[in-house]
Amino acid sequence: MSAAATHTQTVVQLSSVCKTYLMGTQQVKALDNVSIGFERGSFWALMGPSGSGKSTMLNLLGCLDRPTSGTYLLNEQDVNTLSDDELSDLRLKYLGFIFQSFNLIPQLTVRENIELPLYYLGWEPEECTAKAELLAAEVGLKERLNHRPTELSGGQMQRVAIARSLANEPLVLLADEPTGNLDSSTGDQIVRLLQDLNEKGKTIIMVTHEPDVAMKAKQRLYMRDGKIERMEGV
Amino acid sequence: MRQLSRNIRLGIKNLLLHKLRTALTMLGMVFGVGSVIAMLSVGEGASKEALEQIRKLGSNNIIISSMKPVEETSSGSAMSRLSIYGLLYADETRISETFPQVERTVPVKLVRKEGSLGNMKMELRVVGTTWAWFELVQREVVAGRVLLARDQYEYNNAVVLTEHGARRLLATQNTIGQPLKIGRDYYEVVGIVKSEASQSGGLQTPDQEVDAYIPINLARERYGDTSVRRSAGSTEREKVELHQLIVQTKSSDDVEEVATGIEAMLKRFHKKTDYRLSIPLALLRQAEATKRTFNIVLGSIAGISLLVGGIGIMNIMLASVMERTKEIGIRRAIGARRAQIITQFLIETVVLSTLGGIIGLIIGVLIPWTITYFAGMPTVVTLFSLVLSLSISLAIGIVFGLYPAIRAAKLDPIIALRHE
Repeated sequence: MSAAATHTQTVVQLSSVCKTYLMGTQQVKALDNVSIGFERGSFWALMGPSGSGKSTMLNLLGCLDRPTSGTYLLNEQDVNTLSDDELSDLRLKYLGFIFQSFNLIPQLTVRENIELPLYYLGWEPEECTAKAELLAAEVGLKERLNHRPTELSGGQMQRVAIARSLANEPLVLLADEPTGNLDSSTGDQIVRLLQDLNEKGKTIIMVTHEPDVAMKAKQRLYMRDGKIERMEGV
Repeated sequence: MRQLSRNIRLGIKNLLLHKLRTALTMLGMVFGVGSVIAMLSVGEGASKEALEQIRKLGSNNIIISSMKPVEETSSGSAMSRLSIYGLLYADETRISETFPQVERTVPVKLVRKEGSLGNMKMELRVVGTTWAWFELVQREVVAGRVLLARDQYEYNNAVVLTEHGARRLLATQNTIGQPLKIGRDYYEVVGIVKSEASQSGGLQTPDQEVDAYIPINLARERYGDTSVRRSAGSTEREKVELHQLIVQTKSSDDVEEVATGIEAMLKRFHKKTDYRLSIPLALLRQAEATKRTFNIVLGSIAGISLLVGGIGIMNIMLASVMERTKEIGIRRAIGARRAQIITQFLIETVVLSTLGGIIGLIIGVLIPWTITYFAGMPTVVTLFSLVLSLSISLAIGIVFGLYPAIRAAKLDPIIALRHE
């Protein structure tokens, strides 16, 4: 009974995960025996100098990569055993991505960008439209639905990206330095938006360089040389 | 289905993003498909005309024509010499009696005579033949009737004119029953047939524009076998019994065997080669073989241009994949499967090549039309060539789009996302 309760609490579980890269002839340990569980409803900030392994960790968590050893359970599924298509399906169903450089598709309108995950989920066009309008309203961009991303400001683009990441109602929202390309006041707004989402129950894992942004998260994880250095707020 | 139509719309949208590039890429397909259709239609038109001409001569027929031997021209006195050559009446009898596969033979005797009707006078080519000639050489009857078997037996003074001659001799072309004087004898115009310009190359049918057809026995009795031709101060007399003999076999399978037999027989009875055999069936086969070769050559040239078009498409799509690496990374991160990325890019190339193919098809139909209109050359656009070139353009889109699409799908999403 208690085991089942832990499972529902822990959405993401890494157990002694290693990730090594081959750089030339040298093996580089990007992640060295990392074990950590991320609980439902948490808001983590991943901190650490460049090369500390936080990006690698985010890629692993995002099912864009597989661990060299160890197990990664996402919603009780072992990612290591899955095929490429199954990983795609996992990303589609359970994960939402927010990037530093927004990563909107320039030739699509705001609406189409937001609808993109729903399209791959096979939603009907009418449902997509309704959902996109709902999400745009949630991030405060209802009037911009038919604009192109290039016509928007940085803050607005990041809002569109957040709306897109929410479209599939993901289990976990992964943010890779979401304020990195924004000025501080716009960045603050974006962080506030993430805080709002977390308050509504969304699990968020965010990589950031900025300590004041990290301070707005509920939990903080400091990494160094592929290892967890310390944790705060647990 | 919905996904497909959405994919196609997205593909068109992406193509419209780079209008000039898309247009230039499409040009390869446009010209490729256009040239396939145009070339095939010109080839088809040319051969169809030739085949039509040959087919008209009948695939069961062997046509033997009298031919003046070459050595004959230099002998004899310059003032008045008599050349005797050509097919004999006896040849016809021999052929029809020797070969059981022969259905019938039709003799043709040609005489140049002046014809007059009222005040109208003109040189006629009198064709002495039998009713069967009109069976073998299908000719549309404009008015009246053609020669009948009884004209021959009853020694009827009947003449059938070709339309062209009739129009010049008679007040109105439909006036049949008028008396036409040929030489010293009067004939009744019993029918008018359509004249047809004969263009069948080496084959000469006694069918020129101003022809007068009369029963052969009348021609033989009244005009004899000797004709006189005056040219440049010398008189040339020729004695030719039959100018042409059309042999119809019972089946087209017999044609070659009978032709060989006839050739051997004529060789035995004629001292000189004063005849020539032509077999429409053999010509037909030859023309068909030529047509095939023609089509293969033209097809290969057009195929090369299609290939070049396809490579152009592949080139552009590879550049497009490079350019859109980031987009591919985003789509993969969101959860697109590899197959969906392949589909997306493949649809784009197929739309590109098919659109090019359709434009090429329009141009390919317009070119032959223009050729026919301005140069008067016959062209035939076959449905086959349209279907062929459209399916080729579709196939080219798939074949040459597959590699760039697979390359796009194989990109590592992490690396693709980092791409700027």
